[in-house]
Amino acid sequence: MTAPRGGDVAPGGAQGAGHGVTLTGSRLRRSATLVGRGLRAEPRLSALAVAASALFGAATVAVSRAVGWATDAVVVPAIAGDPAAREEIWTAGLVLLAVALTLALSVAGRRIWAAYTTAGIQAQHRRAVTRQYLRLPMSWHREHPAGQLLSNAGADVEAATGVFNPLPYALGVLVMIVVAAGMLVATDPWLALAALVVIPAAVAANVVFQRHMSPAATRAQQLRAEVADVAHESFEAATLVKSLGTADREVGRFAERADALRAANVRVGTVRALFDPVIELLPNLGTLLVLGVGAWRASTGAVDTGDVVTAAYLLTVMAVPVRAFGWVLGDLPRALVGYDRIARVLDARGQVRPGDRPLPRGPRGAAVRLAGVGVDVGGSPGGMAGTPPTTVLDDVTLDVPAGATVAVVGTTGSGKSTLVSLLARLSDPTRGTVLLDGVDLRDAAPGEIPAQVALVAQHTFVFSDTVRANVTLDDDVSPETDARVWEALAAARVDDVVRALPGGLDAHLGERGANLSGGQRQRLAIARALVRRPRLLVLDDATSAVDPRVEREILGAVSAAGGDVGHDARSTTVVMVAYRMSSVALADVVVHLESGRVADVGTHAELLARDAGYRELATAYERETARRRREAADEAAVDACGAGGDGAVPAGAAAPDDEEANR
Amino acid sequence: MSTARIATTSDLGVLATVRRGVQISPQIVDGLWLTLALAVLGAAGRVVVPMTVQRTIDDGILAAGGPDGGRVLLLTGLAAAAVVLAGACTAMVNVRLFRATEAGLAALRVRAFRHVHDLSTLAQGTELRGSLVSRVTNDVDTVSLFVQWGGITLIVSTLQVAVATALMLVYSPLLTAVVWVSFVPVFLLLRFGQRLVNRAYTRVRTRVGAMLAAVSEAVVGAETLRAYGAQARTGRRIDAAVEDTRAAQGRAMVAVASVFSTGTLMATAVLGVVVVVGAHLGMAGDLTAGELVAFLFCVQLFTGPVQQATEILNELQNAVAGWRRVLAVVDTPVDVVDPGGQPGGHGTTSPRGPARVRLRGVRYAYPDGPEVLHGVDLDIPARTKVAVVGRTGSGKTTIAKLVARLMDPTAGQVLLDDVDLRDLTAASLRERVVLVPQEGFLFDGTVAQNVAYGLRGEDAPASLAGPLPDRVRAHVEEAVASLGLTDWVADLPAGLDTPVGQRGEALSAGERQLVALARAHLAAGDLLVLDEATSAVDPATEVRMARALDSLTAGRSTVTIAHRLSTAEASDLVVVVDDGHVVEVGPHDALVDAGGVYARMHASWVAQTR
Ligand SMILES: Nc1ncnc2c1ncn2[C@@H]1O[C@H](COP(=O)(O)OP(=O)(O)O)[C@@H](O)[C@H]1O
Ligand SMILES: Nc1ncnc2c1ncn2[C@@H]1O[C@H](COP(=O)(O)OP(=O)(O)O)[C@@H](O)[C@H]1O
Ligand SMILES: [Mg+2]
Repeated sequence: MTAPRGGDVAPGGAQGAGHGVTLTGSRLRRSATLVGRGLRAEPRLSALAVAASALFGAATVAVSRAVGWATDAVVVPAIAGDPAAREEIWTAGLVLLAVALTLALSVAGRRIWAAYTTAGIQAQHRRAVTRQYLRLPMSWHREHPAGQLLSNAGADVEAATGVFNPLPYALGVLVMIVVAAGMLVATDPWLALAALVVIPAAVAANVVFQRHMSPAATRAQQLRAEVADVAHESFEAATLVKSLGTADREVGRFAERADALRAANVRVGTVRALFDPVIELLPNLGTLLVLGVGAWRASTGAVDTGDVVTAAYLLTVMAVPVRAFGWVLGDLPRALVGYDRIARVLDARGQVRPGDRPLPRGPRGAAVRLAGVGVDVGGSPGGMAGTPPTTVLDDVTLDVPAGATVAVVGTTGSGKSTLVSLLARLSDPTRGTVLLDGVDLRDAAPGEIPAQVALVAQHTFVFSDTVRANVTLDDDVSPETDARVWEALAAARVDDVVRALPGGLDAHLGERGANLSGGQRQRLAIARALVRRPRLLVLDDATSAVDPRVEREILGAVSAAGGDVGHDARSTTVVMVAYRMSSVALADVVVHLESGRVADVGTHAELLARDAGYRELATAYERETARRRREAADEAAVDACGAGGDGAVPAGAAAPDDEEANR
Repeated sequence: MSTARIATTSDLGVLATVRRGVQISPQIVDGLWLTLALAVLGAAGRVVVPMTVQRTIDDGILAAGGPDGGRVLLLTGLAAAAVVLAGACTAMVNVRLFRATEAGLAALRVRAFRHVHDLSTLAQGTELRGSLVSRVTNDVDTVSLFVQWGGITLIVSTLQVAVATALMLVYSPLLTAVVWVSFVPVFLLLRFGQRLVNRAYTRVRTRVGAMLAAVSEAVVGAETLRAYGAQARTGRRIDAAVEDTRAAQGRAMVAVASVFSTGTLMATAVLGVVVVVGAHLGMAGDLTAGELVAFLFCVQLFTGPVQQATEILNELQNAVAGWRRVLAVVDTPVDVVDPGGQPGGHGTTSPRGPARVRLRGVRYAYPDGPEVLHGVDLDIPARTKVAVVGRTGSGKTTIAKLVARLMDPTAGQVLLDDVDLRDLTAASLRERVVLVPQEGFLFDGTVAQNVAYGLRGEDAPASLAGPLPDRVRAHVEEAVASLGLTDWVADLPAGLDTPVGQRGEALSAGERQLVALARAHLAAGDLLVLDEATSAVDPATEVRMARALDSLTAGRSTVTIAHRLSTAEASDLVVVVDDGHVVEVGPHDALVDAGGVYARMHASWVAQTR
């Protein structure tokens, strides 16, 4: 698909080459890094969770010990009639209550802190990912479907962090394995061997599991993103789908992806379905093995029967951490996949690298200079096989004096939007430079360009927010701001519409401005630009739905000193893409763009006189009207002669039957 | 008539949600009985080991006269076989559950997706896109997690509780009663706790939806954000949404952990109660020491599943929270009802051919808004080119949307060949009336694929991905040629196979409109409604296209909304809309001669084009 617009790629991006977030190395190493980074991201919470989990491990052992002690030392002797034991009954009850309390508190602590750890890591990932969305250039956005990006911030983050829920549990109860193993070895090496066979077996099972799980999880996660993508695209196309009646087709498209996801999930599930029972099985088999070996060792007199009982018990203790590790290991492949998908966003290169120079300020409009500007799009980024890049703009050199009003005219697809988008540095040119008051836009410090340049795009994006916020794009709510907003709305001629809305400036606009008409949206966008009092105003065919008279007033409003003082005194330089001759007539200079090159520059009258291509555009309607007049006249003449017409359909009189005859 | 709103979540109770969910995805309970039977076998395996350990130790290792090797071998061998068998059963249960639930949930996704498209565009607009996407993705995933791991375990746990209770009763009915009574406060607390947990999880789901909506805005509005340097503010808004999600998740877990650890506390503390009460019973001679020890063992068999059940009930709340959000979509009433939608529907179909449209006393008010059309009467005869003109905000688009039945009038009627649109099946209506909205949406594909999207009926390609069949391609080429766009296509980097990018953003705005027009042309409706469909196209191209369209639409009616009055000049009938009223109707020349609103508009238009 489309490749980044060549010029705006700053290799290395924020992270710098080679120090990306992406995990490298063996799967074990990647897993360890993932876990390590996560725990380091929330060190306090995860430490608390692990500590609570260790306490839980201890409390679990304490419960069985306490029950054992209560039966052997208190209940049985008490029933047998031991008076000392009878004294102890209530103590036994209280001891059990105390361990119960410890256990319950440790469970609560472990879970709450583990959940906060996970939620915290999730939030960090989400912030990092969305920061990138805001930072990366348009060229990157064009390559990445919205649904995929939603999935990165949603399902992928969830996948990458799911493992941190059981992790503190597993780490905490790790103590249980160590203690139990130590005690086993102290009891009898053979018994220990029988018991600890469980661990290599679990590792082996896990290796097999990971090998099957990784590709399955990768596919499922990819499909999850694709499902989100189809849904997002299809919901965006809802009006089209409705007006063509193609809902069935959309459902088919979605169902196909949803079914692929189903199959992938079943595959993931099947691998897990087989792995989980194995992990649960191993400690059980271990226990039975210990009993068998224990019976043999006891019969040879090597160990006490009591030791065998202890060993069997220790294994049940070990079953808890082994199972917890099973969960962690089971979640790891998915986590790695999710993390890799996030890392791809975090490591994406090509931020528009901001410079550090301030732009000059002043009461006058900004002077713009384009020198040998060219823009190529498409083509494969690495220069590998594929399509060569297309040149959209080439060798554009242009001087816009401060305060001038310039109209850019050209056929559809001639590169007008591409050209004007360079002025707001929505992208950088592949070749050449764009200078604002002599400063290369690439050297401008962050925030400088938006502070001085306002671009009103062809299509207005409206945020699901209040009118005020849509104009200011800021959180500021003060009476002064409101006054400025009303002023801008008035200048753009939407103040009446806004006043009619319930809540006025506080009225909530629907997503993408659903509750405004197209023209009202366009004016809102103009207000959004005017409120900034820009020194350079760029209008990309943004006045098509505005009355010419209103358009003239708007342009008058931005140039405070008015036209007759001469453009060098005006406070705003205006570059506008326009088709309407009335708009063009407002311009001091007209630039005619043809297939990405400047065909001619001059006043409207000059171009009309010497540029055939321009004349074609400028007089299209006039000539069409004349042509229609001529045809109608011919028609009338033919009709007058009483002959059946094979000419064009008469304009004005709808005569269906005649038309039928014509066909 | 009020517009349906997509609710944030449905207000069904937990059981009702599950019931409705299963009703929509019956696949979930496919083969449930066999799965259940296998699950019981699997669960039995969990009891085998502790039992065997006890028996082996008592009868084998501690056997009178030293450890009994043969017996131990026999017992452990049998137990190993049982455990492996039980493991196999569990694996089968898991696989079966995965298959069933994933099938059910895929159906649920598709059902919800379809329903979104069945809703009117206004109803669709009541929920943010990102959030809507989360309904068919994340929210469904939540359900999937639960049904796979929770559903069966809940049932098996209940069974285990019953078995353990029976065993306990054998040893001591009185102590059993004590155990159950100790758990009564837990059960009561659980009921209350579940509500808490439920609310907390619902909040999490809602917040996740809101967060994704905020992210979606940052992604789709990327260009605007860059043009105005407003990234910082959007960043703050997303951060707030992310933080809200995190806080909600934390709070949900506090609720869950409180409920769960209360269960744990009681499950362990009850051992103390049994020890104390049992010892006293023993001392009174009602219970032997051996019986008490055995009873204590059974209590542990009892409390294990009770705790597990608490856990699963918590998870159930999470699933229900997600499920409800999906069901809220599925259960949103369709406000623009397709009479042919339901089986046995009474919808009329309308024969193809020249279309005549009439509006009779049509009034319209957007939901919660003032009336924007105040009784519009309009007759658009068959085979007529109508131009609708008027100031921005006067109601032109609203008329277009009513004619294409994107919504129904609040009063009055829209008739197509004398049939009220509300009585027409959607299939028939869409076949005959095609609307081209101003911002023609393009799919992420090639130019050819997007034009081909307009093809309907038997020629419609099954899938637009990949190369198009030759027949389809021929249609596309023909459409492009007949609209005079061949030269334009030839100039594209890869001709018809040029990728248009997401939402068509790799094309210029005017080019997108050209593709949208070619697509609409292929759709071959009887009435074409063009809502500023060429507003971003240069005059020369527009004039050329208009002429091409004229010659192609001889048998068709067209309703064109345009700011550029060249369209009106070329039309048969001009309709002037002002402030929700149709103020003038007539042929261009007649209206110009009449010297009214239109005459003034036209004069000003002529002035701006010269
Ligand atoms: N991101 C992109 N990738 C590929 N081609 C593009 C991209 N953006 C624009 N183009 C192409 O560049 C040409 C000029 O586009 P544009 O500047 O939007 O034209 P217009 O003069 O209509 O505003 C068009 O042919 C368009 O297809
Ligand atoms: N979805 C909506 N919700 C509420 N009000 C709307 C909606 N769409 C349009 N409107 C209002 O209805 C009026 C007519 O809009 P519209 O028909 O789009 O005008 P036109 O097409 O003539 O420019 C406008 O005042 C506009 O604000
Ligand atoms: Mg453009």
